[in-house]
Amino acid sequence: MNEVNLLTLWSESPAISLVVWTIITMCVLYIARAPAHQLIRASTRSFRAGARLFARSINQTISRLNNRNKEVILSLGEDMIERKLEREFHRVNAVVAKDLGGYPALHRRINDTVKKIEDDYQNATETPPSPPAWLDAVESVAKIPRNGDGRVAKILDDIQGTIEGAHRDTIDTYRKSSLKRHQLLKQMVPNWRKVSQRMEEVKSNMVDLESRAKFIDNHMGTYEKIRKSDDGVARTLTSSSLTQFFVAGLVLLIAIFGGIVNFQLIALPMSEMVGGTSEIGGVRTADIAALVIIMVEIAMGLFLLESLRITRLFPVIGTMDDTMRKRMIIITLTILTTLAAVEASLAYMRDLLALDREALSQSLAGIAAVQTEFRWIPSVGQMIMGFLLPFALAFVAIPLESFIHASRTIIGLAAIGLLRSLSFTIRFLGNLGYNIGSVLITLYDIVVFIPLRIEGAMKGYQHAPRKPKAEKPVKQLSKKEDKLLGNESLIATKAEATDGAVS
Amino acid sequence: MKKLLITLILVVVSVSLMACSENKPRTKAVFMLLDTSGTYTQELQKAQKIVNYLLGNLDSGDSLAVARIDSGSFSEKDIVTKVTFDPKPSVTNEQKRRFKRRMDDFISTVKSSPYTDISGGVLQASEYLNETGAGHRYILIFSDLEEELIKGHIRNFDIPLVDTTVVALNVTKLRSDNVDPRDYLNRLDAWAARVSKGGGTWKVVNDLERLDKLLTTG
Repeated sequence: MNEVNLLTLWSESPAISLVVWTIITMCVLYIARAPAHQLIRASTRSFRAGARLFARSINQTISRLNNRNKEVILSLGEDMIERKLEREFHRVNAVVAKDLGGYPALHRRINDTVKKIEDDYQNATETPPSPPAWLDAVESVAKIPRNGDGRVAKILDDIQGTIEGAHRDTIDTYRKSSLKRHQLLKQMVPNWRKVSQRMEEVKSNMVDLESRAKFIDNHMGTYEKIRKSDDGVARTLTSSSLTQFFVAGLVLLIAIFGGIVNFQLIALPMSEMVGGTSEIGGVRTADIAALVIIMVEIAMGLFLLESLRITRLFPVIGTMDDTMRKRMIIITLTILTTLAAVEASLAYMRDLLALDREALSQSLAGIAAVQTEFRWIPSVGQMIMGFLLPFALAFVAIPLESFIHASRTIIGLAAIGLLRSLSFTIRFLGNLGYNIGSVLITLYDIVVFIPLRIEGAMKGYQHAPRKPKAEKPVKQLSKKEDKLLGNESLIATKAEATDGAVS
Repeated sequence: MKKLLITLILVVVSVSLMACSENKPRTKAVFMLLDTSGTYTQELQKAQKIVNYLLGNLDSGDSLAVARIDSGSFSEKDIVTKVTFDPKPSVTNEQKRRFKRRMDDFISTVKSSPYTDISGGVLQASEYLNETGAGHRYILIFSDLEEELIKGHIRNFDIPLVDTTVVALNVTKLRSDNVDPRDYLNRLDAWAARVSKGGGTWKVVNDLERLDKLLTTG
């Protein structure tokens, strides 16, 4: 039965038939209204519930990831602080062993010096000479007036002369003893200086120790916070990790460029060794060989720095005993130096090949070969580069370690960001679906508005009361639902309540 | 760790498979035919320039041969010199020098031939190129493309030129071409059709300043 037949089923006039069809459809829809509403509501609710459950599970994953990230960052921070503390303790140990280890000897020397100073001080004590006991008597005699008697006057003059002589002798003796004391005091000056100098040394050591102690205290404080999983420290460490990531990434980028330059230096001469035509998997064997050399150099650099305990990428190497580690250092350094020498020779060979090719090109172009002055400079430069680049590449282990450690945090953060966006999108879609359900119900009611009006009139109402009744409890429960997200029993209760309200 | 290992193995296998699918060698083989008939020998100085260009651009593993087009060119005797460059760059450079010397000698002593068997030369070139097994094959015809065969020589058959680029170089116009340029165009069209029929690609480079287009396919 085609469309035309359907349109003329009830009447010859399509308009009348259409009206009949409309009325039938309206009646059918009106009869099926309650189950249709239930169907729409249940479907959209299920969709929203599913979306919320999914979002909830994502949120749980985010929470786990957050915890994992925090653990990672705190573990990294702990490791970093431990390293710093270890280094500080080593320094303090060195200071104590070197400077304060000689403290008893220093103390003895200072004591000796002080004793010597004390003796000298005792010797330098000023003791003014006492005038002879008879001088007062003689002085009194000298003051007796000379009344013309020549002999008496002479005697008195003699007495006065004697007094003055005795006085001069006393002064001389006093001056001599003062001079001696001054000399003793002069001898004390270097001793004082020595004492002062030694005390300065002690002070300097003490200040150094004090500053280190403060530093250790600070680190210990941070360490304790890390042990207590403090959020503030975790945030600081995350920020530090981000910085590390970008800085290490930049250095690695530089290293990659260094590697490319290195590759260019040795790829051409390598074809002289392994041939320029053979290929492995579509890549020239010479190129692969050059790459392998560079990779081996980087690997040796990693092992060397690991053996020196600068990096901690391989716990096996880090936990080796010192003898084994020293052997490892010697072996890796030897291999690295050998490879560097090989690279230097390859760089020289490259220069020779380039020179030969240039000469050939000139000959093919019909240009007479020109002997360039100072041609040796680029040759030497290439050789030096060939020798130094492997060692420079060896140090790539340091930024690589930082990059790897920081990447763990960055990847975690990126994953959290992505999951959050996903969770938001899913919740948004769930709510959108639910609201579309409400719109569909309203549209349904618009389609069957005539029967609804009739029903309303029959029941004595002005408009259908179903809609506000249905919407109100759903809205209230929606707020509750937001608060009580995660509680499945409450979700079930809410679903039942909503079902009741709808019905 | 297990997952990482599996991923690595998958990556290696896929890369290997990709590499295996690209099994066409990257090497080039060039066969250059020099027309030595009549007055065209005067043009051979230009051919020397082209050979020098080829020597400068071919590398280790590539092959180069130069042969003359004379009265009966389907012969190894007409190959002036040929070389497959050594994998070592230093040896390659020495081979190039030797090749250049031989070419110089040839051009200074070449004598003109009364007939022009281009088809025989192309057939000879095709056989040589097939033997090299190179991934990219070129036949360079340095000629006016006017074929003159000795009576009794049969050349009117398809020449197998699959995966081969045939480049006509310095196709000079003959006096008769000036009278009726259609002769020239017909000559070129006839060769283009013959090469296409043999499965090859046809190209004409008359401007010798544009030699960079010489060793490009298509």
